[in-house]
Amino acid sequence: MLKTSDPAELQLIAKQTRRLIIEMITAAKSGHPGGSLSAVEILVTLYNDVLRHDPANPRWPDRDRFILSKGHACPVLYAVMAQCGYTPVEELKNLRKLGSIYQGHPDVRFIPALEASTGSLGQGLSLGIGMALAARLNQSPSRTYVVLGDGEIQEGQIWEAAMFGAYHHVDNVVAIVDYNKIQLDGFVKDILDLEPLVDKWKSFGWHVIDVDGHSIPALQKAFAEASATKGKPTAIIAQTIKGKGVSFMENNPKYHGVAPTADECTKALQELA
Amino acid sequence: MSTKTKFELKLGQATREAFGKALAELGRENKNIVACDADLSKSTMITYFAKEFPERFFECGIAESNMVAIGSGLASAGKIPFVSSFSAFVLNKGFEQLRVTAAFPNVNLKVVGTHSGISIGEDGPSQMSIEDISLACSLAGFTVISPADEVSMKALMRAAVEHVGPMFIRAGRVKAPVVYAADQKFEIGKGVQVIDGGDITLIATGLLVAESIRAAEALEAEGVSVRVIDLHTIKPIDRDIIAKAAAETGAIVVSEEHLVDSGLGVRVAQVVAETNPCIMEFLGVNNTYAESGTPDGLLDKYNLVARGVLATARKALARKKK
Repeated sequence: MLKTSDPAELQLIAKQTRRLIIEMITAAKSGHPGGSLSAVEILVTLYNDVLRHDPANPRWPDRDRFILSKGHACPVLYAVMAQCGYTPVEELKNLRKLGSIYQGHPDVRFIPALEASTGSLGQGLSLGIGMALAARLNQSPSRTYVVLGDGEIQEGQIWEAAMFGAYHHVDNVVAIVDYNKIQLDGFVKDILDLEPLVDKWKSFGWHVIDVDGHSIPALQKAFAEASATKGKPTAIIAQTIKGKGVSFMENNPKYHGVAPTADECTKALQELA
Repeated sequence: MSTKTKFELKLGQATREAFGKALAELGRENKNIVACDADLSKSTMITYFAKEFPERFFECGIAESNMVAIGSGLASAGKIPFVSSFSAFVLNKGFEQLRVTAAFPNVNLKVVGTHSGISIGEDGPSQMSIEDISLACSLAGFTVISPADEVSMKALMRAAVEHVGPMFIRAGRVKAPVVYAADQKFEIGKGVQVIDGGDITLIATGLLVAESIRAAEALEAEGVSVRVIDLHTIKPIDRDIIAKAAAETGAIVVSEEHLVDSGLGVRVAQVVAETNPCIMEFLGVNNTYAESGTPDGLLDKYNLVARGVLATARKALARKKK
C-alpha cells in the first residue's frame, strides 16, 4: 500500500482510481459513475494518507474506520481498497456479477474489511457514531470517517444522528458531505434544496469546514483540522463536481446511475491518460 | 417440570422489569454490555442499567432509527448493545435500520421491545405491538424470544448475552404470572414442555402460557389429558417439540397476544405441515387493532385468556373426535 502525504503522488493515485472506476462500471454495464468520480480525492486522501489502517491486519481494533454511507458509489471504494491491497485489483472488472466480492452495494459478507454494509441511504452516520462511541469507551485513538451523499442527507435519520453526535460530544467522528449538487432525478436544488448547508450543520452543533473536495491539500488540511477539533464532531462540506474528470459526465445528471458505453469508456480513458 | 402439579401462577414481575434488572446484573459481570434508549428508560426499565452504568448508557432521545443504527455501530466495534423502546416503536420505526444495519451484516445487536401485545392497556392501539413477532421473524438471521415470566426472562437474558448474533426480545408491561420454579433451565431454541399430556397440545408464548396452563387444568378436570408447551423462542423454532406433540397428541392449539395470521401460530403450522400434519386451531388478535382499556379488561374482551384458549381447544377436540 502506498502511504504518502505528497499531493502529487496522491493525485496520481486519484487518476488511476478514476480509470478503474470507468473500467469496472463499463464492464458491469450498470452502476453509478457520477457520484463515484466526485468522491475520488476524498477517498484517496483518506485511504492513502489520513487513515490509520493496515490492509494486512484489517481487524486491528484501534484502526480508523471508514463508512461509505452513499453505498451506490462503491466503485470508488472498491478501487481505493483494491489499490491498498485489501482485495484483488484484477477482479474489479467483475463488479456486480454473480459470485463477485464486488457487490452492487458494499456488503461485509463478501468483503469483511468493509466496516459496514450500506446501500439504503441515511444510515451510515449513525453507524459511524456507534463505532466512535465504542472507541471512546475503549479509550482507543480510533477515528471514524463517514462519506455522505448530498441527496442522502435529505434522509431524516442523518439529522437525528447529527443532533446526537453534537449533544454527546462525539469528536472522533467526521462526516464528509460529497456535495456534488446532483441526485438521481436531477439537481439537488430542484428536488429538495439543502441550503444553507453549512449553517445547518453549524446549527446542529458541528464544527464545519467548507472545502474544495477535489483539492487534495485542502482536504488534508481539513482532516487535520477535524482531528484537532475537540468536544464536537466535524462536518466537512466537500464542494465537488459530479462525474469529475470525465468531461461529458461532469455536472450531467444522466451519469448518476448510467454506465458508460464502450465508446464512452474509450473516450473517458483518453481523458484520464 | 413435566409433572402434573397444580400451578400457583402467582403474579410476579412484568417481563420488562425482569429484563431491566437482569440487564443491570449482567452489566456488572460483562463490561462490554452497553445500552441505548429512546426516552422511555423508566418504562422499558433499562433505567436500572442506566443508573448503575451511566458511562455505558446512551440516551438517543425520541429517534428510534438513529438508536438502532448506533447500536449496530457499537456492535460492529465489539460491544454487546441492548437497544430498547416500546416494541411498537423500535420495530416499526427502526425496522429498516434493523434490516440493513443489523440483520443483513449479522451484527451482535440485542433489541428489546417492551409493552408488547394489547396488554399495554390504556395507551391504546398506536402503542400496541401486535405485529412485532412477524416483523422480527422476517429479519433473516435474527433470533426471536418471548419469555412468559420473570424466571424465563432472567435466564434468557443471560443466554442472550452469551449468544452471538442479532436478537429480538419481546417483553410486556403488566405483571406476569410466575410459571416456573427459580431453578428451571432454558435454552434458546428449545421449547419447554410445561405439562405432559396425550390428547391435545396447547402451545403458547408470553402471557398466554399461563392462560394455557389454566385452560389445561380445566380440561384435565374433565378427564382430557393436555400437554402444554411454552415456545419462548419463536425463531429458530423448536421443530422437534412441535413434531413430537403433533404425532403424539394429534391436535394443537396455538395462542398468542399477536395478530393471529402472522405470529407464532403460522410458524408452528408450517412445522406441523412439514412433519406430522394434525388438527390445529389458533387464538390471537383477528385482523384488527384493539382499543384503550385496562390490561385485564382488554385481554378478556379479546378472548386472550384461559376462557379463549379453552374454547379454541374444544373446537380442536371436537374436530379430532370426528
